[in-house]
Amino acid sequence: MKGLKIIVLAKQVPDTRNVGKDAMKADGTVNRAALPAIFNPEDLNALEQALQLKDKFPGSSVSLLTMGPGRAAEIIREGLYRGADNGYLLTDRAFAGADTLATSYALSCAIKKIKDYDVIIAGRQAIDGDTAQVGPQVAEKLGLPQVTYAEDVLETKKKSIVIKRRLENGVETVECPLPCVITVNASAAECRPRNAKALMKFKHARTATERQDASEDYIDMTSERPYLDLPELSVNDIEVDVAQLGLSGSPTKVKKIENVVFQAKESKVLTPSDNDMDELMKELISNHTLG
Amino acid sequence: MNNIFVICEIENGQVADVSLELMTKGRSLADELKCKLEALVIGHNLKDIEKDIYPFGADKVWVADDPRLEVYTTLPYNSIAVKLFQEEKPQIALLGATTFGRDLGPRVSSQLISGLTADCTSLEIGDHEDKRAGKKYENLLYQIRPAFGGNIVATIINPDNRPQMATVREGVMKKEVYNPNHKGELVKIDVDKYVSKEDFVVKVIERHIESSKVNIKNSSIIVAGGYGVGSKENFNLLSELAHLISGEVGASRAAVDAGFADHDRQIGQTGVTVRPKLYIACGISGQVQHIAGMQESSMIISINNDPEAPINKIADYVITGDIEEIVPKMIKYYKKNSK
Repeated sequence: MKGLKIIVLAKQVPDTRNVGKDAMKADGTVNRAALPAIFNPEDLNALEQALQLKDKFPGSSVSLLTMGPGRAAEIIREGLYRGADNGYLLTDRAFAGADTLATSYALSCAIKKIKDYDVIIAGRQAIDGDTAQVGPQVAEKLGLPQVTYAEDVLETKKKSIVIKRRLENGVETVECPLPCVITVNASAAECRPRNAKALMKFKHARTATERQDASEDYIDMTSERPYLDLPELSVNDIEVDVAQLGLSGSPTKVKKIENVVFQAKESKVLTPSDNDMDELMKELISNHTLG
Repeated sequence: MNNIFVICEIENGQVADVSLELMTKGRSLADELKCKLEALVIGHNLKDIEKDIYPFGADKVWVADDPRLEVYTTLPYNSIAVKLFQEEKPQIALLGATTFGRDLGPRVSSQLISGLTADCTSLEIGDHEDKRAGKKYENLLYQIRPAFGGNIVATIINPDNRPQMATVREGVMKKEVYNPNHKGELVKIDVDKYVSKEDFVVKVIERHIESSKVNIKNSSIIVAGGYGVGSKENFNLLSELAHLISGEVGASRAAVDAGFADHDRQIGQTGVTVRPKLYIACGISGQVQHIAGMQESSMIISINNDPEAPINKIADYVITGDIEEIVPKMIKYYKKNSK
């Protein structure tokens, strides 16, 4: 079989899993600066599935596509270090404030621009929103079938792909025609680590904006090594209806955001002493909380 | 027109609990909005299924029954929901946040350009004023959910697009019979008018459904561990205690992410919602998204190194100290006192 052209959708997200006490500002908003930005974990599972397909079918290529601010180029480099061939950064102020639908629309327009693909693979969901909506919505916008909650690619045929899905109470094997959109679960194979050769090759890969950034001491080598140029796509580079982008293109709006205040109870404070533990267990047994 | 729809999920020939929970919620929203509540059921061999739904307050039950729809695949279910919603123009559409609802919902919402909020923990009706546009909106659906890893709670609205769509996890809403004698109207959908041949390109080759070994949802005692438990080995201590007091082991998302416990034990907005008689929280700090899934426990004991852990505020008993010291003592004194 000929090689597959694979697009991996990835997102740079704040690491919401290890939130410290300084993560919230006094006014109840999120202090993004206190949270490290990482490669969304399930997007790494998606990348691994793409790389496994590439291993299996020589001549395949893996392209990353991410939408975000300039610094999201970091995760494209991370993907290149792990074996991807190239990556696109979709970045423009017009995308700001997008909900999942406006995000999916922008991504689908960028994918139409990249044009040549057999399969699109994304993580099931991103840890900053946990919506799992972008994968299916990109599929709908492109008119492609979707396979969500994928755990493994079992077989790749000429015109279709066989996938194992992980459902809440079991597994399901489906055969889906290509091209299609697949979203991958965290229960799928973990992403391989960085590859030393790829790291050396792509260490100096930068977007045009990063190269222009005077604060960085950087020698431009893109003329001899074109793969060091990470293409940026803005609204002007893709065919797009601007009204469907960003905040104005988002059907959902955030009405308010609150820091949560719990209904405090009057708690009884105990020490780990033998006496306190003995008394607690006696009490729980006598009031039939414990049988 | 302008009614509330619940897309019901069928599980082994029965209406899934999460769908009936949404019917109960949908009924109270419909009463508040003075509109009708309708259900959409898609599948095969659905004879008399409407009789299971009427008692939860359905005014109308739409049934799409066809052998090709026996096993769920996205595209034909999507075509039926999209076309029906285009005809019926509901103001609100609700689905369970299961693999079914989270696969189907976004597709439907994208095609209708409607807007969808995932994993809501509360649904309310309220007004909204867009001062910049000088517009006032009445009776919008407030879709309330923890966001940002559960560190904040956001209220989401869809001012202009319909239907306002939301998914809700199982166990978040309460399932209550509205009226055992309530009767609605049955409408059989002519499936061929809604689906095309191309909708059946994805084939389910094999399906292996096993009932989960873990049943934390229905357990009356839960011993739950968080990141603060520190290791998989320490989780064994929790298992020992849980086993002794006939409970189940639960876990916070952080503990699951760290690999201390399996995903099917996760409690919280992105896991299971529980309401046990006793909840023992070990090394759980108490992020919003976790508390959303256990705050209705009758009694909460929090064991934590940090006396300021947020979960302590909602706990009945707070024990400040190390899991390794306290849990074995609980085991010891339970054994002593239960004899």
